[in-house]
Amino acid sequence: MSGIPHDHYEPKTGAEKWLHSRLPIVGLMYDTIMIPTPKNLNWMWIWGIVLTFCLVLQIVTGIVLVMHYTPDTALAFASVEHIMRDVNGGHMLRYLHQNGASLFFVAVYLHIFRGLFYGSYKEPREITWIIGMLIYLLMMATAFMGYVLPWGQMSFWGATVITGLFGAIPFIGDSLQTWLLGGPAVDNATLTRFFSLHYLLPFVIAALVAVHIWAFHTTGNNNPTGVEVRRTSKADAEKDTLPFWPYFVIKDLFALAVILLVFFAIVGFMPNYLGHPDNYIEANPLVTPAHIVPEWYFLPFYAILRAFDTEVWLVQLVHWLSFGIIDAKFFGVLAMFGAIVVMALAPWLDTSSVRSGRYRPMFKIWFWLLCVDFMILMWVGAMPAEGIYPYIALAASTYWFAYFLVILPLLGVIEKPLPQVETIEQDFIEHYGKAKDTASGGTVATPAE
Amino acid sequence: MITTLKRAAIVLAFSASSALAAGGGGHVEDFNFSFEGPFGTYDQNQLQRGLQVYTEVCSACHGLKFLPYRALGYEGGPHLPEDQVRAYAAQFEVFDPEIDDWRPAVPTDYFAESGVENAPDLTLMAKARAGFHGPYGTGISQLFNGIGGPEYIASLLTGYTGSEREEAGAVLYGNDAYGGYLAMGPPLWGDDVEYADGTPATIEQQSEDVAAFLMWAAEPKMMARKQAGLTAVIFLTVLSVLLYLTNKRIWAPVKREAKEAAARGVKTPAE
Repeated sequence: MSGIPHDHYEPKTGAEKWLHSRLPIVGLMYDTIMIPTPKNLNWMWIWGIVLTFCLVLQIVTGIVLVMHYTPDTALAFASVEHIMRDVNGGHMLRYLHQNGASLFFVAVYLHIFRGLFYGSYKEPREITWIIGMLIYLLMMATAFMGYVLPWGQMSFWGATVITGLFGAIPFIGDSLQTWLLGGPAVDNATLTRFFSLHYLLPFVIAALVAVHIWAFHTTGNNNPTGVEVRRTSKADAEKDTLPFWPYFVIKDLFALAVILLVFFAIVGFMPNYLGHPDNYIEANPLVTPAHIVPEWYFLPFYAILRAFDTEVWLVQLVHWLSFGIIDAKFFGVLAMFGAIVVMALAPWLDTSSVRSGRYRPMFKIWFWLLCVDFMILMWVGAMPAEGIYPYIALAASTYWFAYFLVILPLLGVIEKPLPQVETIEQDFIEHYGKAKDTASGGTVATPAE
Repeated sequence: MITTLKRAAIVLAFSASSALAAGGGGHVEDFNFSFEGPFGTYDQNQLQRGLQVYTEVCSACHGLKFLPYRALGYEGGPHLPEDQVRAYAAQFEVFDPEIDDWRPAVPTDYFAESGVENAPDLTLMAKARAGFHGPYGTGISQLFNGIGGPEYIASLLTGYTGSEREEAGAVLYGNDAYGGYLAMGPPLWGDDVEYADGTPATIEQQSEDVAAFLMWAAEPKMMARKQAGLTAVIFLTVLSVLLYLTNKRIWAPVKREAKEAAARGVKTPAE
């Protein structure tokens, strides 16, 4: 598949040849699993496997949960309690599914920031990046709708607040919101359609994941140096790469086992750690919770949404320039979606010809600032919008946009990158040559950053 | 005691303000419950005492509508013998739509709903309140202390300050755990129940017992869950070690080759 020269599957027996000439499925599987992979991948390259595992976990637990869940406003909350109490292993299934969503997002954020640091989004991997962003958007939609299904207080009020965002769109907002909800307010029609879509979207994600993998199997993996695998000959390529099986499969499985160790400790011993207590109160349209807080994985973008209030001069300016069409609420919605759009456009906003952040001294600083910025946004998103918090949120949101729209384009022009390593092989040898003392066993592949 | 209950019921029924609202700013005492931490288990005797407090005091106003009577007989809970579960259920009447009449409850029926309009259902209350967010708001201490729901309940029951205030024609009662005034009057005064096992029924004792019972009502499968978690952790630890060793072995020749190449000085220009 990939442009990297390597051995392909050769059918040997008569039966194999018979099948191969009709459906080359064994060959497809062979090429996928034996794909030449840069040998210097570090531990940040394990998240893809973790994400694949999460998708399977969510689909499998989800399908069983659906067998016992009732999408009806009068019965949904009780049916979840039925799962927790009466269904064999139901409490475990549900806690796995609930916490599985969090694991999914932990992994996807690390995966995305890995890509941002090592320039995995750059030519020729733009399609992989864009597909990835689509998957991320669908994940957010799926998680949001899934959170509504237990029909607790946060489910109901979260749905009310988030669908209200669409109501902020000028002219068509109200109609759009009514269309989304299936009525004037969050009610049974909303619950049933969210249930339907919550079941559908994971399969769309699965299809996109296949395209995502197809895309990067075509271009080949990026790696910590950002230097491409040599394609001059098969011998050269083999010096830079190792087949995915068994080298990376076993490595990834080891990482997955360690991550699952932590995951199962959380599910077993503190399953409600990441949840909100209010969601154990059945939805009540007449009682608004004191604080409506989204799940942790939405907080950074929720903070951006809230940051642009009527106090901000930019919002006032846009409001005036647009003859009042773009008010603060709509501006916030635009900013929230815009924050993801600018990230998706990173391949074209980053002007540097050097791929990996390892060889970009100035970029490194701004990148780590972006990571800190992301954490600040997550923290401030959970805080009430009063006192100093809106200012922190505004500053952090501004940096988010500045990073993609100003810093990335400028850095490519003003930064003087460090000399890059010539080949992946050389990087690998240098790394293990230096680690002489840890000799006989050696550390596992963690090229220094 | 009956007068207390009546008073509480009346206050609740007519109170304008809701006793809901997650523990905002009040002081939650860290009680030492037997079910805390990864290895904590429910204390069967305590759950039985808590059931008694619930039945004789709380149930006057509150309900447990998601809890079936049969659960009282399950292992890992109060674990009452089957005849006692039947006898317990038979004390109550449920409306049966099939015969269009009231009949004595059987184990497959559910506890009654709240009898008073704004008395919240208590089945999930121990999970719907969070008392602990430490350290520094990270909530990691939950691993050892739980989220603080039962602590919130016990603190609320023992936290009445004695001060009262009238608001919109209803009396509200000052409570430290609630962090203000709430509609429910002090439900426990000491010796509200007579424990069969002779435990002195102080306010603190009854509060802790009923809080433990409500934790079980909210999370009846907690012990099974912790056991599954522990099994998973042990299994994954072994699997991790095996995979680590496998990984090391698989990569060993590749790394050895790299080291030898480095020793030969193959193309390692200074950075």
